[in-house]
Amino acid sequence: MNRATFPHRLLPWLLVAPQLAISFVFFYWPAVQALRQSTLREDAFGLKTQFVGLANFRRVLSDPAYVNSIQVTAVFSVLTAFFSMAIALLLAVQAEKVVRGKGFYRTLMIWPYAVAPAIAGMLWLFMFNPSFGTLAWPLRQLGITWDPLLNGSQAMTLVVAAASWKQISYNFLFFVAGLQAIPRSLLEAAAIDGAGSARRFWTIVFPLLAPTTFFLLVVNTVYALFDTFGIIHAVTGGGPGKSTETLVYKVYNDGFVNLILGESAAQSVILMVIVISLTAFQFKYVERRVHYG
Amino acid sequence: MARITLTDVRKSYSGMEVIHGVSIDIADEEFVVIVGPSGCGKSTLLRMVAGLEEITSGTIAIDGRVVNDLEPRARDIAMVFQNYALYPHMTVRENMAYGLKISGMPKAEIAERVARSAEMLELQPYLDRKPRALSGGQRQRVAMGRALVRDPAAFLLDEPLSNLDAKLRVQMRLQIKELQRRVGTTSLYVTHDQVEAMTLADRLIVMNAGVAEQIDTPMRIYERPATTFVAGFIGSPAMNILAATVTPDGAGLTLPGGAVLACPAPADPGQPILFGIRPEHIRAVTQPGGVGAIELTVLAVETLGADAYAHCAFPGHVTSAAEAMVVRLPGNAALKPGERLHAVFDTGAAHFFDPATGRRVGPRR
Ligand SMILES: Nc1ncnc2c1ncn2[C@@H]1O[C@H](COP(=O)(O)OP(=O)(O)OP(=O)(O)O)[C@@H](O)[C@H]1O
Ligand SMILES: [Mg+2]
Repeated sequence: MNRATFPHRLLPWLLVAPQLAISFVFFYWPAVQALRQSTLREDAFGLKTQFVGLANFRRVLSDPAYVNSIQVTAVFSVLTAFFSMAIALLLAVQAEKVVRGKGFYRTLMIWPYAVAPAIAGMLWLFMFNPSFGTLAWPLRQLGITWDPLLNGSQAMTLVVAAASWKQISYNFLFFVAGLQAIPRSLLEAAAIDGAGSARRFWTIVFPLLAPTTFFLLVVNTVYALFDTFGIIHAVTGGGPGKSTETLVYKVYNDGFVNLILGESAAQSVILMVIVISLTAFQFKYVERRVHYG
Repeated sequence: MARITLTDVRKSYSGMEVIHGVSIDIADEEFVVIVGPSGCGKSTLLRMVAGLEEITSGTIAIDGRVVNDLEPRARDIAMVFQNYALYPHMTVRENMAYGLKISGMPKAEIAERVARSAEMLELQPYLDRKPRALSGGQRQRVAMGRALVRDPAAFLLDEPLSNLDAKLRVQMRLQIKELQRRVGTTSLYVTHDQVEAMTLADRLIVMNAGVAEQIDTPMRIYERPATTFVAGFIGSPAMNILAATVTPDGAGLTLPGGAVLACPAPADPGQPILFGIRPEHIRAVTQPGGVGAIELTVLAVETLGADAYAHCAFPGHVTSAAEAMVVRLPGNAALKPGERLHAVFDTGAAHFFDPATGRRVGPRR
């Protein structure tokens, strides 16, 4: 490997400075603030602040609502990541087979990604709202008592569907690129070796797609944990009850709606730890099974 | 073991025909090589036999069974690809066992077969490596091994040696020939290298622009090329083909530059004809005035060691490098560009072609 040499010692720092500045302003600084805030207790009007050590963490972790929120988040994230990736992969594989109008088809597939999360949420709400939803009536005709405003699992289904739908485009794009990188001759060799199309997929395509799949797994986990706030906010608002209140949503709810700032900050610190360890886990244990071409 | 029969096989891509009707009956255990320049349709033809490419018209039969509409896996063939197409995420062992596993063969038998093929190809030390940890030659052998373990009815090989260096290519060429003789599997082999074609083939298909110009044994093709294309393609260096005219008395040929060669030609007096003579059928004599010796001007000399090839022109005739006459000389011949050379043509080994069609015309009786 050649080491890059710069004409000036300051230049490399200058080149990374914008990135560092952004990371500092939008990540490190707020993170430190959250850390500081999580050890303080403040009254709702911000008049009195006192240092309480780890009391906020203790209260948060012993709160049954918080434990519930962890469960909700786990279910929501796993389902969202799974469905958005599985459906995207299915569509990408099908798109490979399209002969005419491939570009058109792909363009259509990418559109949902351009829709803002809150708008996407509204869209699904309009389709599935029990009283005015376009698709709620046909569902009821099928004998399903559809009411996500009262039924927790139906609400969960709805947010998972909306959140997955939004992310499918992104995953689709990466899967299409990943599929194109697999040499055709490998599939031809497998076909001659006697493998049918399903076996070719599971023994050749899927393993060779692993780097893409792994990358998307990390990205989608983070997406489901953080970026789905807008969708949940628009579709269910965390309800009914607390059945769709994810960790991020709870941070918002406790901090900005209920103004319990200390506990909310403690929650966001915990969330940060969860995400960091989850990503580290993925890199340490899942990536081992990934074959990079 | 199988017979492969192609009957008027054609292939079109969106209306453009690229294979114009190829027919051949390949006998059981035969080694047939398809040779031709780049883009002539060799791979396309092979891929149609493999079932990777649809057959536009005509039929392909393996052991009497028409396979036109059969999937590749139903044809009982194995293929070796130019880029080897090894499964990168599997070890050499898994690569070789892949097809057998799919066929539902018992594990013990798979292990035994892989071991046997690995031994034949000297692959035992690499069985647990991934392909990317192998050299080009080793990968090539794995690709061969993957075909071999399946014990198919036929091997199809598409330029399997073209990614190897010259020395390894010669070595593998011999190994492939030896292997095929040992297992006796019918083989169809694609190459653009005429030396490879000559040395490997029981029979040769010389293709040009989607047409099988000649199908015959290598020696017969060398001795009696059917067209000027075949004459120029098979044999190295290529045959000299000269535009000549039959002399008015019909007993000789007027060569470019005006020299007359005493040689009966299968054409009427005064008619043009293409006169073909291989470099190895021209003898250079140093003294002028030998019987039938023709004077040539040396343009360039290539020395290969055992042999040297003199590229020559007829005096008084403007000759481009591409149309130069090539004469084989002993390697130690000390000739310099600009010098004169006297050539005696072995007219018994001459070939004649119709200038209009390029087809061979036989000697007149
Ligand atoms: N998918 C395709 N669509 C259109 N034309 C094609 C396609 N595949 C091949 N051809 C054309 O068919 C002809 C034969 O191609 P083919 O690959 O069989 O050549 P080849 O003899 O194997 O050449 P090479 O020695 O370079 O591999 C070429 O003119 C090529 O342009
Ligand atoms: Mg080819």
